[in-house]
Amino acid sequence: MIPTAVRLGPLPGWLILWVAFVLALALFARRVWFLVRLLRLGHWENRFDRLPERVKRVVTYVFGQLRLLDEPLVGIPHVLIFYGFLVFLVSTSGMLLQGLLPNVHLPSVEENRYLAPVVDIFAVLVLGGLAVSSFRRFVIRPAGLQQTVDATVVNIMIASLMVTYLFVEAFGMIAVPHESGIWLPAGRWVAGLAGKSEFLRAGAVSFHHLFWWMHVLTVLGFLVFLPYSKHMHLMASPFNVFFSQLDPPGRLAPPAQAEKLGAENIPEFSWRQLLSGFACAECGRCERVCPSHLSGEPCSPRELVHNLKEQLLRYGPAWLNQARPADEREPSMIGGLTAPAALWTCTTCMACVERCPVLNEHLSIVVDMRRRLVERGEVDARLDEALRNLGRYGNSFGQSERKRAAWTQTLGFKPKDARKEPVEWLWYLGEYACYHSGLQEITRSLARVLQAAQVDFGILYEAERNSGNDIRRVGEEGLFELLREKNTATLRQAQFKNLFSTDPHVYNTLKNEYPELDHGQHGVYHYTELLWDLLRSGQLKLKRKLPYRVTYHDPCYLGRYNGVYEAPRAVLRMLGVELKEMPRSRRNSFCCGGGGGRVWMEETRGVESRPSENRVREAASADGVQFLVVACPKDHVMFSDALKTTGLEGRLAIKDLAELVEEATTVAVEVECTA
Amino acid sequence: MNILVLLRMVPDVVEELELAADGKSLEQESLRMILSESDGHAVEEALLLKERHGGTVTALALDAPEMDDALFTALAKGVDRAVKITGLEPGLTARGAAQILAQVMATAAGLLPADLILSGTQAIDDLDGSIAPLIAHSLQRPFVAIVVQVAMAPSGGTVTVVKECPGGVRAEFEVQLPAVLGIQAAEKPPRYVPVAKVRAAAKSRQIECLPAPAPLEPPLVEVLQMMKPVVTGHATMLEGPDEEIAGKICEILAERGLM
Amino acid sequence: MAGNIWVLAEQWRGRLSEITYEVVALGSEVATALGVKLQVVLLGHKMKGLADTLGRADGVLYVDHPALEEPRVETQSAALAQLIQAQQPRCVLIPLTNVTLGVATLVSAQLQVPEISFCQDLCVLEGKLQARCVLYGGKMEVLVTAVREPTVFGIWPGARPAEKGRAEQMPAVEEVAVTLPEALPVRFKRYIEPEAGDVDVTQQDVLVAVGRGIQSQDNIELAEELAQALGGAVCGSRPVIDQGWLPLSRQIGKSGAIVKPKLYVAAGISGAPEHVEGMKNAALIVAINTDPQAPIFNVAQYGTTADALDLLPLLTEGIRKAISKKAGPS
Repeated sequence: MIPTAVRLGPLPGWLILWVAFVLALALFARRVWFLVRLLRLGHWENRFDRLPERVKRVVTYVFGQLRLLDEPLVGIPHVLIFYGFLVFLVSTSGMLLQGLLPNVHLPSVEENRYLAPVVDIFAVLVLGGLAVSSFRRFVIRPAGLQQTVDATVVNIMIASLMVTYLFVEAFGMIAVPHESGIWLPAGRWVAGLAGKSEFLRAGAVSFHHLFWWMHVLTVLGFLVFLPYSKHMHLMASPFNVFFSQLDPPGRLAPPAQAEKLGAENIPEFSWRQLLSGFACAECGRCERVCPSHLSGEPCSPRELVHNLKEQLLRYGPAWLNQARPADEREPSMIGGLTAPAALWTCTTCMACVERCPVLNEHLSIVVDMRRRLVERGEVDARLDEALRNLGRYGNSFGQSERKRAAWTQTLGFKPKDARKEPVEWLWYLGEYACYHSGLQEITRSLARVLQAAQVDFGILYEAERNSGNDIRRVGEEGLFELLREKNTATLRQAQFKNLFSTDPHVYNTLKNEYPELDHGQHGVYHYTELLWDLLRSGQLKLKRKLPYRVTYHDPCYLGRYNGVYEAPRAVLRMLGVELKEMPRSRRNSFCCGGGGGRVWMEETRGVESRPSENRVREAASADGVQFLVVACPKDHVMFSDALKTTGLEGRLAIKDLAELVEEATTVAVEVECTA
Repeated sequence: MNILVLLRMVPDVVEELELAADGKSLEQESLRMILSESDGHAVEEALLLKERHGGTVTALALDAPEMDDALFTALAKGVDRAVKITGLEPGLTARGAAQILAQVMATAAGLLPADLILSGTQAIDDLDGSIAPLIAHSLQRPFVAIVVQVAMAPSGGTVTVVKECPGGVRAEFEVQLPAVLGIQAAEKPPRYVPVAKVRAAAKSRQIECLPAPAPLEPPLVEVLQMMKPVVTGHATMLEGPDEEIAGKICEILAERGLM
Repeated sequence: MAGNIWVLAEQWRGRLSEITYEVVALGSEVATALGVKLQVVLLGHKMKGLADTLGRADGVLYVDHPALEEPRVETQSAALAQLIQAQQPRCVLIPLTNVTLGVATLVSAQLQVPEISFCQDLCVLEGKLQARCVLYGGKMEVLVTAVREPTVFGIWPGARPAEKGRAEQMPAVEEVAVTLPEALPVRFKRYIEPEAGDVDVTQQDVLVAVGRGIQSQDNIELAEELAQALGGAVCGSRPVIDQGWLPLSRQIGKSGAIVKPKLYVAAGISGAPEHVEGMKNAALIVAINTDPQAPIFNVAQYGTTADALDLLPLLTEGIRKAISKKAGPS
């Protein structure tokens, strides 16, 4: 009883199906080929290395749907719909094939006693998932979720597919009521309902055919509709995941070409960046965790990727046709679809990248466009000044290089000069720890702790310059390269075994972006890792346990970027404090708002609540927490400021991990009275 | 419009300035030189005028440590030609520098005639005069100091300049070309040029070098001694937590009947 | 008369500025020390009456010419050069301000005589004139002499108190003629007044000044509140005006206003010479700057390295409380 074996009007069913099928396939292929040609407008980027790792990624993130479960309410329905899709892919392909070749008997899922129930049950599961996600989309209306015609059409189409399938099953059962012994609970239930009607029973065969045709034509319609809608993420995302960045996230790609740095037009982006637009399902997860967006800034990772897709779809054809001269084909994306403010307000915290289920790399797009803004000289006055100071004095404070080690003057001892004598540990401080008057005492705390533990450490004194992490992320690649050259030369001349830093930003770039630093010879660590080592081995001895209740903020460049979550917590546990985790901790940590060069830029006026304020409120909301423990100098500055502006100074205090360690390990110490 | 910009390096006061052994000059080792701030504005003003009216901008500079970097930066910003005078005697005063510049301008090809000569209106070490008025005098050209705006007249023979006067007042003058202007500030802050462009300029562009002529006359002023300023008075510093300090200040104000 | 000490009066828009009297005071000391006369050169047009206040000097040389009505550096220096050539004074002290910048240099170039600029003080040592000059934005001082005379000295504001340059008596005024070219290549067009602010900073008893240390335009509100509590107004140093955070009418310093309020609170101001020039004569100066080395502390009576952003609100609160206590229930 194959529906296409029957004539429909003058033509045999299978002929009509063939026509529909070929037509759908042709339209689909034509559109997909057009999309591929658009992608090829982007410049080359090698994402074809380490294939086994890439396959593993697809298994984990596409088939394993790993990231989807970060937001369970919608994650679980999506998982159901996704697996449902896979199941129906098989089932419907079988139906289609059988319909195309009605005279050949092909093995079908429906006849298989093990597979058929799966499809049947999944029809219900998918409908259930759709119900939840539709409720969320149309009733709850969460932030960042765009209400589009696309989304509505897709929802209706999937629902139709499930419903028509169930009716195909049901009417099939009514028409040919044989006990095949296959368990099809849903189909049977629908059959039971439909069977109550005489009219429906009588026309069961026709209805079976009708719904079969509806099902198959809907599928073919969906096939054509897919590459025209945001649902093309279905096809694009597995590739997106396959071609995702395998390098550590803390290693930015250098500019594609040396002449004009950065990107603002289609050919200047890489094909992988352009692909992210197609892979994006506009789910809004990225936007919902973006600290800048949440504080009312014009920054939105979702819009960024969306705009890139728009730019490609709108102006890509002009590039393909080459109808107009090159400089007239496309308006710049910067100042066009994307405002400079949207780019400058990014803190490079990577919360978006961490959340994205299709592994989009929003950050690389931001940095490439920032590179272009810098190339055009379009930086605000404060950033201009910071960059000049960094270029001239090696620090953004505009202070003399010779004052880099001024913090050692009241130390009581002189740390070893790593330029002149070999040391085991080279301490690369970072400019905030050295120059910021509010932080110098913390730097001294750590120095004293290390001295007491008899760690063989040294510093570079005046030869230390900004490591370049934030300079690179601001888009000043030339200055980054210049500083990296100078710093590499300095490090080459020094003799040391391992390197550690107080600043996660410094740590990140020295670890990931200094290829000339022989990582086989030198380990690069964060000071919290060193402290844990010292406490564990007993080289640093605890004199007392600290009776505090604290919470810990995972710095972006230490946690999300480099996966160091345990060391600081282990130190805290050894100190005896009671650690209460904030709701947003570890990879979900909420950025202080100072990264990506934000500390060097004009503050946006009229912002509702800065990220740092948001974060200290979160810390203060934990019962009885006295200290917010930080492991990054910028965090300390940002949060201390935020305590003042939120009026929480009496409620909570900021402590660097080094300060707590010193308190726990010195012989005599004045314990700070806390509220 | 052809514009010539005169550039000079001065000591960078971000660094601590130290005295040399002779007690009359700055110790060279700890010294870093930086482009005189208003000279930087002069470059920017020249570039703005070039963008509006076309023409060329030439930078003529006196050699000093880090001058090359300043010149390549200027080239990267859009200056067309950079010329450096080398072989200078140490301890050159502003007047000596102006004489050398005037001689070089007279003898070297292609520097003069220029419609406009711009330089910073005053540098922090202009002990015996400033470059801009000295050049104006030696070339017998009209001169306006403390200029913050330059606009070319449509007819082309004159420029309208705005000079800063006291009290926030500004004065507008019409100046016949060719002229010399002492620039206080450009209409926009000096533009940012990315390091990559400066480095590219350093690779691809040339700085022409010209030897310095012998100074025509010895300096007319003599420095007997240099010393760090003796601070005659210093504020009574208030210490303690912020609340205490605020309290003390309120007391002081109350005492003086200022509340 | 040959060998006298001359001072160029700074005449602008028909008025003599404070610095004229400062330099007159200095010149008077030098003239006395050398046993010669002090003469003030006044250049202008129909401004003879201004000479009345210059009684401290032994005489005034008044030059009247239409071309001298407006401040053109070239005409001033041409006139002065002619006078110097004719009368051969020993030295000429020229105030260094926006009005006269360039005159000293042009005169010295024209006559090929030495110029010494940035002078804070002049003294006579063994019959020779020695200047103490400030260089590098105030970071170094030098003692300088000239190799020959007449010498032109550019005198920095603050060399002497202005009161010492004033006197009750009327000076002897001598009119001198000069020849100046008819057609001038620099033609004065007009003055551009700053936007009439609602506030005249020179008339305020209390000024709260903000500098770069205030960090952002939003924070100026903190200064506004303090100013309000004290019944004064907010003003700023050049960088704040350049950023557009305050209008030009609020600028204090060399290119802005010179003020003498009863109280000047300097928040986040480093104390660069160009700014200090504008406020050093305030009766009470309280400076707030996180940098203990900031030069502002050399001119303030009270100072603190607290963060202005923290201190200003506390001050405002303290003052409001004190005032309401005073006004309290009677």
